[in-house]
Amino acid sequence: MTDLNKNIQTLRQKKAVAEMGGGEAAIEKQVAMGKLTARERILALLDAHSFHEYDMFVKHDGRDFGMDKKDFPGDGVVTGTGTIFGAPVCIYAQDFTVAGGSLGLQHARKITKIMDHALKMRCPIIGINDSGGARIQEGVQALAGYGEIFYRNTLASGVIPQISLILGPCAGGAVYSPALTDFVFVVENISKMFITGPNVIKTVLGEDISMEDLGGARVHAEITGNAHFYACSEQECFEQIKRLVHFIPWNNTERSKSVPPKEPCVRLNIEDVVPSDPRQPYDVRDVIRCIVDASDFLEVQQLWAANIVVGFGRMHGETVGFVANQPMVLAGVLDCDSSDKAARFIRFCDSFNIPIITLEDMPGYLPGVDQEHAGVIRHGAKVLYAYSEATVPKITVILRKAYGGGYIAMNSRHLGADFMFAWPSAEIAVMGPEGAANIIFRKEIMEAEDEDAMRREKVGEYIEKFANPFVAASKGFIDSVIEPKETRALLLHALEVSVLKEEFRPAKKHGLPPF
Amino acid sequence: METPDNLYVDFAVTARKYKTLLTNKYKNRPVWTKPCVGEVRSTLPGTVVQITVKEGQRIEAGDLLLSIDAMKMQNRILASEPGIVTQITVKEGDKITKHQLLLVING
Repeated sequence: MTDLNKNIQTLRQKKAVAEMGGGEAAIEKQVAMGKLTARERILALLDAHSFHEYDMFVKHDGRDFGMDKKDFPGDGVVTGTGTIFGAPVCIYAQDFTVAGGSLGLQHARKITKIMDHALKMRCPIIGINDSGGARIQEGVQALAGYGEIFYRNTLASGVIPQISLILGPCAGGAVYSPALTDFVFVVENISKMFITGPNVIKTVLGEDISMEDLGGARVHAEITGNAHFYACSEQECFEQIKRLVHFIPWNNTERSKSVPPKEPCVRLNIEDVVPSDPRQPYDVRDVIRCIVDASDFLEVQQLWAANIVVGFGRMHGETVGFVANQPMVLAGVLDCDSSDKAARFIRFCDSFNIPIITLEDMPGYLPGVDQEHAGVIRHGAKVLYAYSEATVPKITVILRKAYGGGYIAMNSRHLGADFMFAWPSAEIAVMGPEGAANIIFRKEIMEAEDEDAMRREKVGEYIEKFANPFVAASKGFIDSVIEPKETRALLLHALEVSVLKEEFRPAKKHGLPPF
Repeated sequence: METPDNLYVDFAVTARKYKTLLTNKYKNRPVWTKPCVGEVRSTLPGTVVQITVKEGQRIEAGDLLLSIDAMKMQNRILASEPGIVTQITVKEGDKITKHQLLLVING
């Protein structure tokens, strides 16, 4: 055998060892937990044969507690580059089979290296989290590692899309990297995310709670809003990510890649979707499906704050972001959570050059002590901030109700909307007719012999006068009152004429949004 | 998504009621109760280490009432107003939760 061949043999052996991660027994355990291994996950997510692994032979730094005698292949994390539908991505996956995927300094440095690479290459970074947490034996070095990751998450924020998958435990400080990223994916029964686990809670509080109930996938998808996408299996999760990556641009100087345009294909008539009685519910996603190409809508944070709908669709092959009040849930009110959800989505779209279409049908902010005390003022202000700050094309269609603060907040002309459309069913007023009539005609109603009859009469009078789009249109606050069936065509027109849009904001170091 | 009509409820926002669904989070929202003057409640979960007052005892503002071990610290709970301790609802060694009633002071 020549020397060259021998060297190649050695390399192959070393690679084979590294690729086995924590070894057969550990892999069996991983499989028994219903999980794929780190490398299997990367291969399932990326285009076939596109993965190139980095830093396979990195050694860990632990010197104390007998760690110097131990070998951790790849130091518990697999990193590299590849493509998704041809889009370049940088990726890392923590390997739970190696020392429980615990994070020491070299493990973290592999991650920060691939993050730096992503930022330089200006392509999305995808992180797969599956780790027992800090490698305690390394002490403060492990903490340093987390800090260096968070710092890069922050630098990369708004420059390259950052995607996190929680495919195992992600506890303590580790949760903050995903929390700083743009989209967090969770999988039923697999994802576990919390700051302090059930054991600590049991010791301190005496409260018995399972990992699943404390920080399982469903909890983060429905209650906390930490997760953006919820899947029932890892495979479904990977499909969701591929779809998302296909919708968004590679970095903040690019636009999303366009695809061949398609007509909506949903078997619905847009005029029939929205009931004329403003008190009756409907699913606003049906309106979106009547508007977007191929009726294909990728909803973000579907389960959390369902009173507002956000997500991506395409119009004539170009990606747009939708923000829509959902009358079917909590009457479509704005509250703490829905404001937070909308604001963050708007800021993502603005950072990544995605035009925003707002569909408005909302009765106002949610009343209640819990809301006021939870800071609905501060959270609600995020929506105003996000819309006002955004310089991408901003288009609003008022479907039915646009009352009070909600009218202003939902991308009104006054916050810089580029196009304001309203259906004839739009009611643009300072509040709902009943409330307004009670105040304006208080005296007449109180003095009437039949208060209820007088109230009904006055409510009717108010509806006649104000519950329509024409008062706002007469002031120029609405550009055009349109028929529902014209909606898609006019949105396409609005997007077409705004492709060259440029809008500047006062120079500043950064703004101070109310978060 | 098909939603059975009977799940829709009347939901009042200002003076008008809308037919809509409620979320679990909304249904489980915390209910506000008026805070009661004189009730001393815990602000952290922890363990009562020491109680330094007795029922019936007159106290001055700033007096130490009890110590609670929480978050790796011994937290001293001081009286904010003078008064008489009318009730002590915990004993030394008790594990307490957040917002738990500890004692009542009648001013």
